[in-house]
Amino acid sequence: MNFPSDLKYTASHEWVKKGDDGLLWIGISDAAQDMLGDLVFVGDFKVGAQLKAGDTAGVVESVKAASDVYAPVDGELVAFNDALGSEPQQLNSAPYDAWIFKLKSDAALDGLLDAAAYEASVAAAK
Amino acid sequence: MGKRTPLYETHVASGAKMVDFGGWDMPLAYGSQIEEHHAVRRSAGMFDVSHMCPVDVTGPGARAFLGRLVANDVDKLTQPGKALYSCMLNEDGGVIDDLIIYFLRDERFRVVVNASTADKDLEWMGHVRGEGGFDVRITPRRDLAMIAVQGPNARAKFWQVRPATEGDTAVLGPFFAAQVGDLFVARTGYTGEDGFEVMLPSDQAPQLWADLKAAGVAEAGLGARDTLRLEAGMNLYGNDMDDAVSPLDAGLAWTVDLKTPRDFVGRAALERQSADSGARRALVGLKLLGRGVLRSHQKVVTPVGDGEITSGTFSPTLGFSIAMARVPRGLKPGDEVQVGIRGSLLPAQVVKMPFVRNGKSLIQ
Repeated sequence: MNFPSDLKYTASHEWVKKGDDGLLWIGISDAAQDMLGDLVFVGDFKVGAQLKAGDTAGVVESVKAASDVYAPVDGELVAFNDALGSEPQQLNSAPYDAWIFKLKSDAALDGLLDAAAYEASVAAAK
Repeated sequence: MGKRTPLYETHVASGAKMVDFGGWDMPLAYGSQIEEHHAVRRSAGMFDVSHMCPVDVTGPGARAFLGRLVANDVDKLTQPGKALYSCMLNEDGGVIDDLIIYFLRDERFRVVVNASTADKDLEWMGHVRGEGGFDVRITPRRDLAMIAVQGPNARAKFWQVRPATEGDTAVLGPFFAAQVGDLFVARTGYTGEDGFEVMLPSDQAPQLWADLKAAGVAEAGLGARDTLRLEAGMNLYGNDMDDAVSPLDAGLAWTVDLKTPRDFVGRAALERQSADSGARRALVGLKLLGRGVLRSHQKVVTPVGDGEITSGTFSPTLGFSIAMARVPRGLKPGDEVQVGIRGSLLPAQVVKMPFVRNGKSLIQ
């Protein structure tokens, strides 16, 4: 299981990073894709949606289960990674390369988990 | 901790993700469940199904007892080795379990029941035996393990690792079985592919598993087993039918014998239901027309009334989502319905099941 230290995380298994475009890039963690198994659908992300931290941004579905993906902080959903529509398995093969959506947000990321804290929360849930 | 099959350590050593299934710790997948699914459709895969319970039914009253116990006609079992799929019903016509009965010879039968219902089933069998005064022994065979080897190359792979069985098992037609030494080899399965289900003494199971693996048979878990059986249009007990559902409402009328006068448990209820067919429901196949995944318990809106999905998944073979749904009668293949998914109604089409058989799509 991989927990890159340059990312921030949520207890609900999203990863977050500040991209070079100034937006927040958000995906699901290696632990999340491992728990879900083969991803087959990524959708319901609405560009233009104003989200509060904890709001549902969209959904990822594996063969066995559907799982909501949440906004880690307040912001506007400004982009969805369309490539995942036809190739959701990118979330299995390269979870930290495949961002799912981008948020335009001024929120601080201090309240999110760092890699060590997230790894500990994953371990505790086992 | 759940119950463990004789192959538990094998699964853990292979890196399987273990999950609880009906009180048993079972492998969900060893890696990608979609790859496991494809391995079965394209070549050969194997499943540990040792959690299922073989029950030997023997004695002078065995045939008469089974004739009372199950809804299908046990007298179809004339040739030794022949297998019969049937439901075991309660007095209200609800399904206590679905099972396979193998006719061994003379007064000997083997019944294989589901894992999560095994205790309930044995209790019910004892009840029916007592009520009818049948001279029969009911012997659960927890000393046996069971490995299902499935796929177009499954039988050849099995013969490769157990060549001594080939003579006696190559002649088996579909839904026939033979005892060969310690191995009980049945040409049955739950995938829509050719193959064998092999029952054997528990202590021999890890070696057979290892030999099959070395021969290139893919390890496959419950995840792939579920997508394979759904593509094959086969019901899952607890999802698609249960104690409160009639086989007539679960797409299983073909397994119910109302032609012969045999008085099986639940017959009177089924005859009443047949007379009142307007109230009956049907189990139909659905294909989602857009993107997304059909799941059990989603609402199905149709021109003849509402229904509900009983099993749904993404079909790895077809590349879109499929489901079984219980709906009012009157729908036919090609009809369009709508399914409630995450607050939206999405279009789906009624299709004839099975969806896939022997590696080939049977739907448009």
